[in-house]
Amino acid sequence: MKPLQMLTLTVIAAAAVAGACGGNPPPPPPPQPNADSIAMERARQDSMARADSIRRAMEEAERMRRQREADSLAALARATEAVKGMLATMIHFDFDRSNIRAEDAAILDSKIPLLQANPAVRVRISGHCDERGSDEYNLALGNRRAASAKRYLVDHGVDASRIDIVSYGEERPIAMGSDETAWSQNRRAEFEIVAGGDMLVQP
Amino acid sequence: MNGPRKNLTRPTARLLAAGVVTALSLGAPLTAVVAQDTSAIDRGVRIGIVYRPGVRPGFVALPVPTALDSVRTILARDLDFSDRFEMITLPASDTLREPQTRLNYPLYQALGADFAMGVVRRGDTVEVTVHDVTAGAVRRTLSAAVPDPGHPDFRQSLHRLADQVLQTTSGVPGTAATRVLFVQGSKVYLVDQDGADVRLVSSSDRQAMSPAWAPDGRQFAYMEFWDGKGQLFLHDMASGRRRPIAVTGRALDFTPAFSPDGHTLAFSRATEEGTDIYTIDVRDDCCLRRLTVGRFSDNLSPTYSPDGQRIAFVSTRSGVAQVYVMAADGTDQQLFAPFDYGVTGSSNAPEWSPDGRTVAFHRDIAGTLQVFVLEVRTGAVRQLTSVGRNQDPTWAPDSRHLAFVSDRAGYRQLWIIDIETGRIRPLLPQGGARLPAWSPQLPEHAIFTLLSGDR
Repeated sequence: MKPLQMLTLTVIAAAAVAGACGGNPPPPPPPQPNADSIAMERARQDSMARADSIRRAMEEAERMRRQREADSLAALARATEAVKGMLATMIHFDFDRSNIRAEDAAILDSKIPLLQANPAVRVRISGHCDERGSDEYNLALGNRRAASAKRYLVDHGVDASRIDIVSYGEERPIAMGSDETAWSQNRRAEFEIVAGGDMLVQP
Repeated sequence: MNGPRKNLTRPTARLLAAGVVTALSLGAPLTAVVAQDTSAIDRGVRIGIVYRPGVRPGFVALPVPTALDSVRTILARDLDFSDRFEMITLPASDTLREPQTRLNYPLYQALGADFAMGVVRRGDTVEVTVHDVTAGAVRRTLSAAVPDPGHPDFRQSLHRLADQVLQTTSGVPGTAATRVLFVQGSKVYLVDQDGADVRLVSSSDRQAMSPAWAPDGRQFAYMEFWDGKGQLFLHDMASGRRRPIAVTGRALDFTPAFSPDGHTLAFSRATEEGTDIYTIDVRDDCCLRRLTVGRFSDNLSPTYSPDGQRIAFVSTRSGVAQVYVMAADGTDQQLFAPFDYGVTGSSNAPEWSPDGRTVAFHRDIAGTLQVFVLEVRTGAVRQLTSVGRNQDPTWAPDSRHLAFVSDRAGYRQLWIIDIETGRIRPLLPQGGARLPAWSPQLPEHAIFTLLSGDR
């Protein structure tokens, strides 16, 4: 800043101070309520504001709690659905066979931690066949397929008492038609949660 | 005997049949032969009735008045379905009517007939005269009470009469009055062996399978799915009621089979260890016995030999299902129907013939199923079918006919094959029928309480 400018600012400031202190008397103060009533009113307003903000805060907290709850319920439901879906994934078999194929072993492997993380879950495995074999023999074959799936799970640490097996032979096809596409879909084991499936957690 | 002669003359006779019949019946004089019962021949020399492949006795059902058409048709069809005769068709004409006791025997002999059957109605009985054309005499006159057409017993009473005609002419019991149980959709049905009178038997909505007759023909066992388990039932034909077999239903119990005395029921039970054969006493619902110990192989589909001493069954012990046999107490288990390891396909659904000489089953041939018979004495296996997919054979009580499921006509339906001649006929035109069980000879006055189709 240059010296001249500095001087000008100083003069203006001094004039302003002189103007404020001298000259006209101050206007009379407005009528004042007594000190007590002021305090009470202030306290009243303060308390209202406080109550209001508390209410708002509580509302907000409640809203957030609900949101969190909803979020977690949704998450839980999502988890439950995901676990159910993975537990329900079918496995398939070769014609007249009940051995577990490598890709189906992977499906069974993915069920094992889920079963262990949800110890209340009980599963029914049903074995199914395509239409080509003998009607009655297929009851035995379906049974062997279900038993084979169960044995795999039990061998990998799942409690045998949690798994039930049944066979439907060729009585419940999921794919109609008389070609390999339909047959290969029908040669399967299904996994149904029969108990403890309301709320499932992921491991 | 006269086989070679017939082989020469019959085709000619067939070609000329219509013309010759008309000419002879109008112009030729009746041969004067005194009617006589020639049934004494049964006990001595047999004439013209001994079956040889390719040569069957000729049989002609004589024309009848229109009112008896249905009677004649049913009788003639039953005799045709016995596959023991060469049925000779005459042109239907009243000019061919003959007296019941005096036939123009040379005429019918010229047509190749060994037997002729006349039918008359006398009141509520139908009288059948069986002529021995070769002997030139009436062989026997049979009569039976036959109600009017439309009466529920009309057909069955004629079937019984046809069986008597067969007994008279061939000396063997017929199967015309027998019936076949089968499964369609989820239910069990019954049909006469000639395809008539299809009737619903079981009433449950659950999936029924594997009906199996009791040897007295008064009840049958079958299996039903109950929540993935198999419950066995005994269904009483007279009352139409059923009762669950107590020890079954907690596991998957299936393929029931009666012992020949009707006291024991063998069946298969599937558990986590595999499928094994058990027996129980069905009179007391007790005494469960295990006959096989599969250890993760399957043993199923038991079928008793008619003497009750042995049980043929299916086992996967070699890796592929094949037919084995054991003593009725489960001992002495051995292979029954020979097979080439790694080559022969899965073999299933064995049923021991009522005469004990053969076991019918089906075998996977190049991805489809065919009906086979195993000759018990020699162990020889013979393939009976080759067209389409053929499965689940069941024996008629004559041990000569088999009902089975075949898709040879485009969809699965029931067919019957005569294993002597290879002749095949459809039993049921409708599709979807499976798991047939041919009845034994049924009790003379069997009451069958049957459900109507809409129940």
